[in-house]
Amino acid sequence: MSTARPGIEVRLENLSRRYSGVTALDGLNLTMAPGELVALLGPSGCGKTTALRLVAGLEDADGGRVVIGGQDVTNVPANKREIGMVFQAYSLFPHMTAMQNVEFGMQLHEVGPAERHKRACEMLDLVGLSAHVNKYANQMSGGQQQRVALARALAIEPKVLLLDEPLSALDARVRARLRDEIRRVQLEVGTTTLFVTHDQEEALAIADRVGVMNAGHIEQLGPPTAIYSRPATPFVAEFVGLTNRLAGVVKGGEVEVRGTRLPLVEPDSTDGPAIALVRPEAVSVAADGDLSQSPLVGSVISTVFLGATSRVTVDLGDITVLAQLPTSAVGAITAGTRVRLSLRRDPVLIARDDKAPTEA
Amino acid sequence: MIRGRKAKLQVFRIVAFVLFGGFFVMPIYAMFEFSTRGNGADAPRTLANWQAIGTYPDMVAGIVNSLELAAITSIAILVVLVPTMVWVRLRLPRLRRAIELISLLPLTIPAIVLVVGFWPMYQWLGNNVSDSILTLSFAYAILVLPYAYRALDAGLAAIDVKTLSEAARSLGAGWPTVIWRVIVPNISSALLNAALLSVALVLGEYTIANNLLYPNLQVSLVSLGRTNAGVSIAVAVASLLFAFALLIAISFVGRPRRMRSEVA
Repeated sequence: MSTARPGIEVRLENLSRRYSGVTALDGLNLTMAPGELVALLGPSGCGKTTALRLVAGLEDADGGRVVIGGQDVTNVPANKREIGMVFQAYSLFPHMTAMQNVEFGMQLHEVGPAERHKRACEMLDLVGLSAHVNKYANQMSGGQQQRVALARALAIEPKVLLLDEPLSALDARVRARLRDEIRRVQLEVGTTTLFVTHDQEEALAIADRVGVMNAGHIEQLGPPTAIYSRPATPFVAEFVGLTNRLAGVVKGGEVEVRGTRLPLVEPDSTDGPAIALVRPEAVSVAADGDLSQSPLVGSVISTVFLGATSRVTVDLGDITVLAQLPTSAVGAITAGTRVRLSLRRDPVLIARDDKAPTEA
Repeated sequence: MIRGRKAKLQVFRIVAFVLFGGFFVMPIYAMFEFSTRGNGADAPRTLANWQAIGTYPDMVAGIVNSLELAAITSIAILVVLVPTMVWVRLRLPRLRRAIELISLLPLTIPAIVLVVGFWPMYQWLGNNVSDSILTLSFAYAILVLPYAYRALDAGLAAIDVKTLSEAARSLGAGWPTVIWRVIVPNISSALLNAALLSVALVLGEYTIANNLLYPNLQVSLVSLGRTNAGVSIAVAVASLLFAFALLIAISFVGRPRRMRSEVA
């Protein structure tokens, strides 16, 4: 594709931002490799959107630097930063057609009319909207509008593409499709991209690396698989994916949870009571065998069919535990069935009660 | 029963339309009737008064003055208000209340009180800058401020100013471009409304011009009315009809965009 060009490195150095006493960003550091797609994931108010807006230049940092392609742009106004941005709210100019919207930025960059038209056609084709070039925003669906917004942002060949929760206003099916489409387009043009979302599924599906944010800083930055399977902190474990919180006791590098000893992610944790964070897929459910002795015996409250997998909620008397298993393994397990749980011996993270992770 | 209610509503509509229509049309008709009376009890209808308008240079000057004032005032108020209001919405949202209050103040101050305040300023203006009647547009800008503010506020509330301007900025637009090419086209009907209100207000203004001794349309009308009532009434009818024509013309200018979005 003609618009493809090598990506550009983007660095956020020690960025901080306060709003009337509230710290939104607290010394954020992030280096994005050329062409990389990094997703910032976190609950609302964690500072992810602030970070993106600082890169865009739509807000001023209180401290730190934004470096794009080796050039410090911290004090460069938004309209001179050469960034492309797609917003959560529909942002197409209502008085322009899709084509005019896409051409607008190029016009400001003094691209000639013929070249402009050609590239606008290419961009609209890239997002699959060749048939809608003459439509106004109010004649298009939400998904189509966001595609045009993407084409418009990419048409100026930005150094960085910033996506500020572009999918949250869309319904679930369109969201999944457009998510994959954004990734395809991004890989095709190779623009370094920062994607902000509160939807973990979105972040894990689309990103080269995910940065999980909490209270103004990045808790963990890494490939989606690492974020999911080796969460670095209890917050990440709880925020990404569902997690069971099971009371246990740490002793000698292991945690004992209801008679099962599980290895620790951090073996040098001090001994004492703790909460083990156990993924639902590390819990297996059996309806046979010895159902009287084990401390992990309980009755099923509900089973939820999710397609290939099913989620089973089991009442152990004092707590409920979520288990996720292949639908084929659910078999005769229904609400009311007595079952025995067993925990896979995967390394787990522990939380102490005093630093309970925030609600997702 | 619903049918009955519908019919009743229809009757009410017609009655109300006729009543209010009559209320507005009767005085204008009466003025027109008066301005076309001939001399003497049985004299035939004549347009002599209308034809005589051009022969009163003060009258013509008054008309021209008021038209110029209307144009200057409405353009000036838009040029000042649109960027200010956009800026306040984007950067100083906390000031919005204060700005709204200030811009509504002229409504609560009687024109005659304004004149007392304007008098020394216009004396100074007349001595040091210019004694042209067009300086009245400063005073008129303040007079139309509440109406223009209301109209523009409604227009800006209907679009997502923040997202649209941020999108434009990220595409490389400076602030003038944002306002001129992104905001203005999307609040065009609000702009027209504000302009229309300003024009109507300025064309009908008497108190300030008269007390500051500037001969605008209304002032000329009154003074002419003392010497030749027929011609003065003819001009009054003409200026009313002109204002109506302007109103209709402006509302038609705003039409095409509305029709286009209805297609959607």
